[in-house]
Order: sequence, then structure tokens, then C-alpha cells
Amino acid sequence: MAYETIIEDGIDVLVVGAGLGGTGAAWEARFWGKDKKIVIAEKANIDRSGAVAQGLYAINCYMGTRWGENNPEDHVRYARIDLMGMVREDLLFDMARHVDSAVHQFEEWGLPIMKDPKTGRYLREGRWQIMIHGESYKPIVAEAAKKSADKVFNRICVTHLLMDESRENRIAGAVGFNVRTGNYHVFKSKTVICGAGGASNIFKPRSVGEGSGRTWYAPWSSGSAYGLMINAGAKMTQMENRIVLARFKDGYGPVGAYFLHLKTYTQNCLGEEYESKWFPELQKMVGKEYLDPEASHLTHRPIPTCLRNHALISEVNAGRGPIHMITMRAFQDPHLEEVGWENFLGMTVGQAVLWAATDVDPKNENPELTTSEPYVMGSHATGSGAWCSGPEDLSPPEYFWGYNRMTTIEGLFGAGDAVGGTPHAFSSGSFTEGRLAAKAACKYIDDGKAEGIVVSDEQIRRRKEEIYKPMEHYRVYRNEIVAGDVNPHYINPKQGLDRLQKLMDEYCGGVTVNYMTNEKLLHIGLKKLRILEEDLGSLAAKDTHELLRAWELMHRHRAAECVTHHTLFRKETRWPGYYYRGDAMKVDDENWHVLTVSRRDPKSGEYTMEKAPCYHLVSEEK
Amino acid sequence: MPTFVYMTRCDGCGHCVDICPSDIMHIDPIYRRAYNIEPNMCWECYSCVKACPQNAIDVRGYADFAPLGHSVRVVRDEQKGTIAWRIKFRNGTEKNFLSPITTKPWGTAIPKLADVPGPSKEMRDGELLYNEPKYIRMDEGGLRTLETAGLKLRTGVYY
Repeated sequence: MAYETIIEDGIDVLVVGAGLGGTGAAWEARFWGKDKKIVIAEKANIDRSGAVAQGLYAINCYMGTRWGENNPEDHVRYARIDLMGMVREDLLFDMARHVDSAVHQFEEWGLPIMKDPKTGRYLREGRWQIMIHGESYKPIVAEAAKKSADKVFNRICVTHLLMDESRENRIAGAVGFNVRTGNYHVFKSKTVICGAGGASNIFKPRSVGEGSGRTWYAPWSSGSAYGLMINAGAKMTQMENRIVLARFKDGYGPVGAYFLHLKTYTQNCLGEEYESKWFPELQKMVGKEYLDPEASHLTHRPIPTCLRNHALISEVNAGRGPIHMITMRAFQDPHLEEVGWENFLGMTVGQAVLWAATDVDPKNENPELTTSEPYVMGSHATGSGAWCSGPEDLSPPEYFWGYNRMTTIEGLFGAGDAVGGTPHAFSSGSFTEGRLAAKAACKYIDDGKAEGIVVSDEQIRRRKEEIYKPMEHYRVYRNEIVAGDVNPHYINPKQGLDRLQKLMDEYCGGVTVNYMTNEKLLHIGLKKLRILEEDLGSLAAKDTHELLRAWELMHRHRAAECVTHHTLFRKETRWPGYYYRGDAMKVDDENWHVLTVSRRDPKSGEYTMEKAPCYHLVSEEK
Repeated sequence: MPTFVYMTRCDGCGHCVDICPSDIMHIDPIYRRAYNIEPNMCWECYSCVKACPQNAIDVRGYADFAPLGHSVRVVRDEQKGTIAWRIKFRNGTEKNFLSPITTKPWGTAIPKLADVPGPSKEMRDGELLYNEPKYIRMDEGGLRTLETAGLKLRTGVYY
């Protein structure tokens, strides 16, 4: 295995992972760093990478302050109640006050945004969502990133961040390998903006055959944002806050446009409305502060997503499934029918494929809904990610250490799924976070914070050995068996992934146990994760494609471990409908109205957990 | 398997290999044509289908839950700025959809930030991003701050 070592030196801003967050970072960095060297490393091709690869039919985060529709503080209120209070209000406010400027630029770049023919404003799907013809959303923002970047390295799977050896806890770049050539790539950089993705596929999916590809979040979202940052010793927050999605069954087609624009609604198998009848009991679990249907009705305050999931799950468990989306009425209108289909074709083609295959025409039949397996990410209705500094003018002392969106590692910044405590950023908010991180990274360099970084050849050599170990392991042991994949010395990446998914499902609150876990189960889960980690030392990869899967698995494993530690730490059921702690089935505001923060010591592998204060910048009512 | 390739149409050009976000479109070493090496990691995102110059790639819904006898075909045209879909149900029903993908000639409307005037020191030290405050409201309004929002930083809750 004589793979070349290719060193890219003298980088100022290295963007790791160029989805919406990373493209925003690369593009904006050029404005603040005219003479800086900006480089992108992406494991796929930036024209179609990340969660928006197949397009989007809506931009879910747009304030519309130009038309007086919403202000940033309104968005903070919305995201806060949806997440049962657990958000970083400084980061949310900051993202929300900049997000419209990103969207207005997208329109100028050619992204087709639908207009309301009466008002001339962007066509609203809901209070925060606007409708777009976004098949080419990703190629358009990729074009912008390419205009700013000095170099784009596609097909580089970044496996590790490089650390400075002259100063503790300072970033020095990243390393990885080229999925096509197999070559080893070293990026020496003054700053790194982590735009890598959240995690699909760490919990066992409902479909376990070929259909396991039809995850809600992209199967290539391998939790690398978390794997990379946790391994480098960055502090993480709200990792227990996994998300479960109520979606069209099997295809996981989106329901936002259906509920908000098409005004479709749900019923149980008897044709009854079922949500509200679960609310009195649920209110006893979570308290009136978080669930008050009357107040919600009067003020249009949303019922938190997790609580609506809870009603759906409970109704199915009570034997009144399936839950149907009532589409037959809305789909009689040809315009709404077109919107319903184009909504899938624009962002979840697989759902259209499924309905065509099963002859489901929502005009004649009400399709089924279900709840998905859990996902770990930070830009939808959930806020897992790194513990990052906020902006100077908004953040209290505990939330501020010099540079906006900088993690607890100097020079390491985050955007999108990488940043914790900022749910409801979606595509436009992630792009905005990338821009904010890019500006801060340039300032960090201009302030002289990145001087005198040292990376030894030893560090580079050590990482190289580590990266190719699964291929070496395969080479040494494959001839001990006749054929096939059963070998006493190794497991392949698929076998390892199956094991991870099964244990996370059974011990950490997956779909087969109705999202239920407790302290005892979590301890067993952690033990199994530790043993799995030992066996990941015996992973075997027969080619560079399997090596990619091997490293994705290692990132997923690390993310899963962190999720389990956090779930164990937060001894309450904060988000019923996302998961349940059977030994603490209530929201416990006395003890747990806090953000959870963890750090894994890169040397010992031990986790330390702490509580961080929850600052409410924005008052309850307007 | 989710995407598959028609043997007689594929000429092995590799566009699909180049674009697939999941790294699962590969060239078969014997036939020199593309195929999906890992269907259970295919999202049915259609990136390869749209990129194929020969229209050689198609999708057959996931075997776990999708019966045979359907098709969802697509033609994406950057010159025209449109995407056209044809859905055929198992029972023969057909639906067609056409949408725009861009409003501008491809790649022409995005500024090169290396060529625009750089930020002032004030802007560097403040909270504004490129093109702000103008682009926030498309008028003379400024950036929202705690003060303009009438907000005060309250004590952190630390139960």
C-alpha cells in the first residue's frame, strides 16, 4: 500500500465538509480574507453533497423582516418552545438577524423563490417557511463557494483534525484520504471550520434491507462533525437531544408543506382526531409551561414537535393505528395536488417512487404516517453539536470566549450541524452560520492568534498509520479463510454498523423499544460501546470505498458514545416523543433547566459532564 | 436496488461516479460500465440519474417496501433552466411535472468576492456580514441588536 502523502501547506481557512454550512463559510471567507488561502475538503463532490444534495422545496428559516413579518426575537421564542426551553438564545438570535441577507442573495444568484401573486412577497408555507423551486439549491451555493475558494478537494474523507504541538488545545489543520486514489492528504491550516454533517444510521432503522438507504437524513451524514470534534477534545452540548420525525411511512417524505400549505391533517384508523386527547396526561409529565393547548390556540404558540410525536406514538400503541394524513380533500384542488407532488420531487424523490410503486394517489387515498428511528443532528428541530462561543454583543460571559462560533478548541469553528444549541437553522441558517464562522476565523488570524503553529512529522505519520490500518488488517487476515466475510480476526464496516445500530436501538431508546431507556440500560449500552470500540481496532477494509465506510463508522461510533453519555447525564424526560427515561418520566425544571456539556479527554477517553446555565435573552410574551 | 444502470445505454463515461454523494456508483472492471455497488446506502437522491448524459440510469424502489412496475424519470436541463419529471404508477397512471431550477443563466449571477471592495475596519470590528446591512431588509434598516429589539440580558438560569 504505497499511497502518496500530499501536503497542502499555508492554508488560512480550511473548510471541512461543504454542505450548506461549509459553502457559506468558504464563500464569505473571501470577503474578510482577501489574501487568505481558503481551501475546501469534502468527502463527496460539492455540487451534490450534504443534506441538500437532492434539493429542497422550501427554505424553512426566513424572517421576512423587510415586510415586517417576524423579528429575530420571535424566532428565538419559537425555537425555544419547540425544544422545551433548551436552546442557546444568543446563537439563535444571531443566526436569525442575519439569515434574511443570505436568502436575498440566493434569489439574486438565481434560486427560484415562489412569490405570493397578491402581495409580491415570498410565498409563505408557514410562519417561518418560504417555498422555492430548489432542485439546484446545492449546485448554486456550491458555485458561490467555488468562486471564493483557492482550491476545492473533492472526494477527501477527512478522518482527524490536526493539533498544534506548540500550544495545547489549538487547531492546526486536518488529515484524510482520497476515496478514489487512496492517497493520504494533509492540510496544514491556521483555522478549521467544521461543516461536516450530523448522524443518520446510528440507531437501527425501521427498514433493514435495501430500504435502509431511505433514511430521513442522508445516509452519508455520518456524524463526522461530532466524530472529528469530540476526538479532538472539543466540548459538546445537548447531544442527548436526538430527533424522531413523524413522516410519510417508509419513504419519509416531508410533511411540512402538507400540514402548513395544503392544510392536510391527521386521524387515527377510526377517522378520529387523536392528538388533543393525549394532552391532559402529557401536561402532567411536562408541565403547563411547555404544553398549554388553550394558550397555544389563542397565541399561535406551537405545540412542541416532540409532544406531537408523543401523541402519535401513544395512539399507535393504544391500538388505533395506522395514523393517516388526510389528503383526499386538499388534493381535489389541482394546484395543491401539484404542490404535493413537486414537494417530494424537489427533496425526497423516494417518496414519489414509493407512491407510484404502491399506487397511492393521495387524491383517492389517505397515506399512512409513522415515526422514524432517531437521528442526531443540530439544524432541524433539534440542537446537538459543539459548545461554541456566541457573538460579542449578545452573549453572557459563560457563552463568550472571543470569536463567534468558535468551539472550545482555539481556531476550530463550527457551522450547521456542528454547532450545538441552534435548532431550526435549516439550510439558510446553516449557510448563515458558515458565514459568521468565516468572518470570525479571519479575525482570529488577523489578531495573531494562529502564529507559531507546529505540526511534527511524527503526528502526520501516526495519523497515516491509523487511517490505513483497516486495509492492512484485511490484507494480513483475508487469506486465512476460503471466501466470504466471516473471519475470526475482523469485522467489516457493515457488520460493525449493524452492531452499533442494534445496541443503540436497544439500550439508548430506538424504535424497537418505543424510544424508551433508563439508567441501567444506558450503562449496559456504554459497556457494549466500549467493547465495540476495541473491535473497531480490528475493522477490515478491502478497498478505499470500504475504508471510507470504516471511518464513517468510527465517527458514528464516537457520536453514539457521546449521545449515550449525555442521555445518562440528563436524568429526566425532557422531550417525550423523542425519547423517554423510564426511571425519570417527567420534565424536571428544578434540576435540569440547563444545557448539558461534555468533554471527552482525547488521551484517556474519559468523559466529564457538566451543567451550563440556560440564559433567556428574550421574554415570553411580546 | 435503488439506482441501476441499463447495460446497453451506459458508455462508462463516469459522470455518475463523479457526482454520487454516497460513493456507490462505480465502474465495473469487466464490463467497463457503471453500477450501484451498495444499494442500501442509496438515498434515491437522483444525482446520478440527472447527471447521466445517456439517460442510462434509472431507479427501482427499495425492495423492502416498493412493489415492481413503477418508474419516476427525470430530465434536468441547465440551458433551459428546467427539470421535467414523469411518474408512472404500477397501475399505469401517469403524472408529469415541470419546474424551474434557476432564474438566471447558469453560474453568471454570483459575484466574485475577491473583486468587490473590502470591508472597513468598523465593519471588521462590528457584527455585519458581506452586503449587510443592506441585504437584511433591502432598505436602510440596520442590524438587530439587543437594544433595538428592546431586550435585556437576563440572569442565566442554573437550577
